[in-house]
Amino acid sequence: MKQKRTLSGKIVAYPHVLWSVLFIMLPLLFVLYFAFTTPDGAFTFDNIIALGNHKATFALSVSLSLLATVFCFLLGYPLAYFMAQASPKKQKLLMTLLMLPMWTNLLIRTYSMMALMDDAGLINSLLSALHLNTIRMIGTKGAVVFGMAYDFFPYMVLPLYTTISKIDKSVLEAASDLGASPAGVMTKVVLPLSSSGIISGVTMVFVPSISTFYISQKLGGGTFDLLGDAIERQFQNVNTYNVGAAISLVMMILVLLSLWVMNRFTDSDEGGTQA
Amino acid sequence: MKTLQKIYTFLIFFILYIPIVVLVLFSFNSSGNTGSMTGLSLYWYRELFATPSTFTALKNTLILALSASVISTLLGTAAAVGIGKFKNKAVRGAVLSVTNVPMMNPDIVTGISMMLLFVLVGSLIGLKEKLGFWTILIAHITFCLPYVILSVRPRVLGLNRSLSEAAMDLGCTPVSAFFRVELPAIMPGIVSGFIMAFTLSLDDFVISYFTTGNDFQTLPLLIYSMTKKEVTPDIYALSTLMIAAVLILLILSNVAESKGKNKENETSAKAAERIG
Repeated sequence: MKQKRTLSGKIVAYPHVLWSVLFIMLPLLFVLYFAFTTPDGAFTFDNIIALGNHKATFALSVSLSLLATVFCFLLGYPLAYFMAQASPKKQKLLMTLLMLPMWTNLLIRTYSMMALMDDAGLINSLLSALHLNTIRMIGTKGAVVFGMAYDFFPYMVLPLYTTISKIDKSVLEAASDLGASPAGVMTKVVLPLSSSGIISGVTMVFVPSISTFYISQKLGGGTFDLLGDAIERQFQNVNTYNVGAAISLVMMILVLLSLWVMNRFTDSDEGGTQA
Repeated sequence: MKTLQKIYTFLIFFILYIPIVVLVLFSFNSSGNTGSMTGLSLYWYRELFATPSTFTALKNTLILALSASVISTLLGTAAAVGIGKFKNKAVRGAVLSVTNVPMMNPDIVTGISMMLLFVLVGSLIGLKEKLGFWTILIAHITFCLPYVILSVRPRVLGLNRSLSEAAMDLGCTPVSAFFRVELPAIMPGIVSGFIMAFTLSLDDFVISYFTTGNDFQTLPLLIYSMTKKEVTPDIYALSTLMIAAVLILLILSNVAESKGKNKENETSAKAAERIG
């Protein structure tokens, strides 16, 4: 019998391998290179040392995006759970309703928040029409956290919903048959079984939140800097590319490290990371 | 659903949609006021369509999204088929992890890393305009690739080897066995990967922002430059049109999906019949 050959040898993956080396690995090496050199190309640690000036920015970015992630989780988990309980037809409708904002451009979503919260925006016009004091929202940290939570909320709910709806209902019944209280079923069965969804959801909110520069520019009114703003500013000018690369490098390590740590908690990552 | 659950679900969706509804509503405002409606008009739409840059940006966005999604679908599908053929587990793992890097990395890091590459290579070969259509296209293909592979690979893994072997036993060449047996089986994954790549490219702002030049502006970049100035409702009008386009796409893909599912169910039912 002659040897069966298939067309689909590994050779067809080579263009992709080449592409990944050229446009994924090489650029990251450039970030590394820029982070450790002066604009003239000499080796230096100055850029890393200069990160000390951005300590406050790092702390603020991490805390605001953590806050947004916690909000999204606390508000999103019940929603995902209720969605999973609904009838199949209703589930499909709710899913579509959740997807529409997700596929609406981020800039538009942020911009629409701004239209609401602006000093002369709808909320303040309503307040003054009711003879109440207007509130200054744009330019506050609260507005930025709200903006992050609003923009990335569907990214939390979707993976949560996907994993919760896959949980076998009979497992829950078994738990309550064996004497677990409804709260016990929730904390001891549903939450652990949806851990992969929780991890995808948390990542999908935290990563874009910590690296955003648009939300803080628009809703923060330019009054304070987040990491994304700092990076964006350094890349406006060729001479500060190196500091920008150093900030990016640290942010990347931070993000990839937290992803790696979180992925250790689950064996599988089937939590619907695909948006 | 219980009443309390219904109220909660309603409230969340209400909050999620208020800003969008307000935006759409105010795009029809007759004045430039963003705080109160003074009357209905299409003034801001006329204003929007009177600016040629809107059309240029729309054209650019579509050209870019189409080329990026076609190329990334071709590259990604070939990769999804070929990666499994790497016998060395470590090599396969390494290729897959590197592929996923743009998906996990913050967009801003992907954007600036590619920009550094383009700028450096551009100055090495002495280009005056280092960033433009080609660089943004390369960037878009790169961040679309993992999503294409992610949607095609499960289909490849689910392929029944004996089917293509049977085809070859019956006289198919390996090439025609691939195109007549394997390709149709992984087609749904390819199509959804293509759609995902297309929408991601259409939607991207951050990576585009860092990898394009002055002479190639896409819609998200246009919105960004418009919002840098003061708030005017012509951005609302543009946003409303984009939301409408997304809504139409979403409905179409839902319809296509449910049709596809019916077909799949039919074929699997037929297969089950034959086996049973």
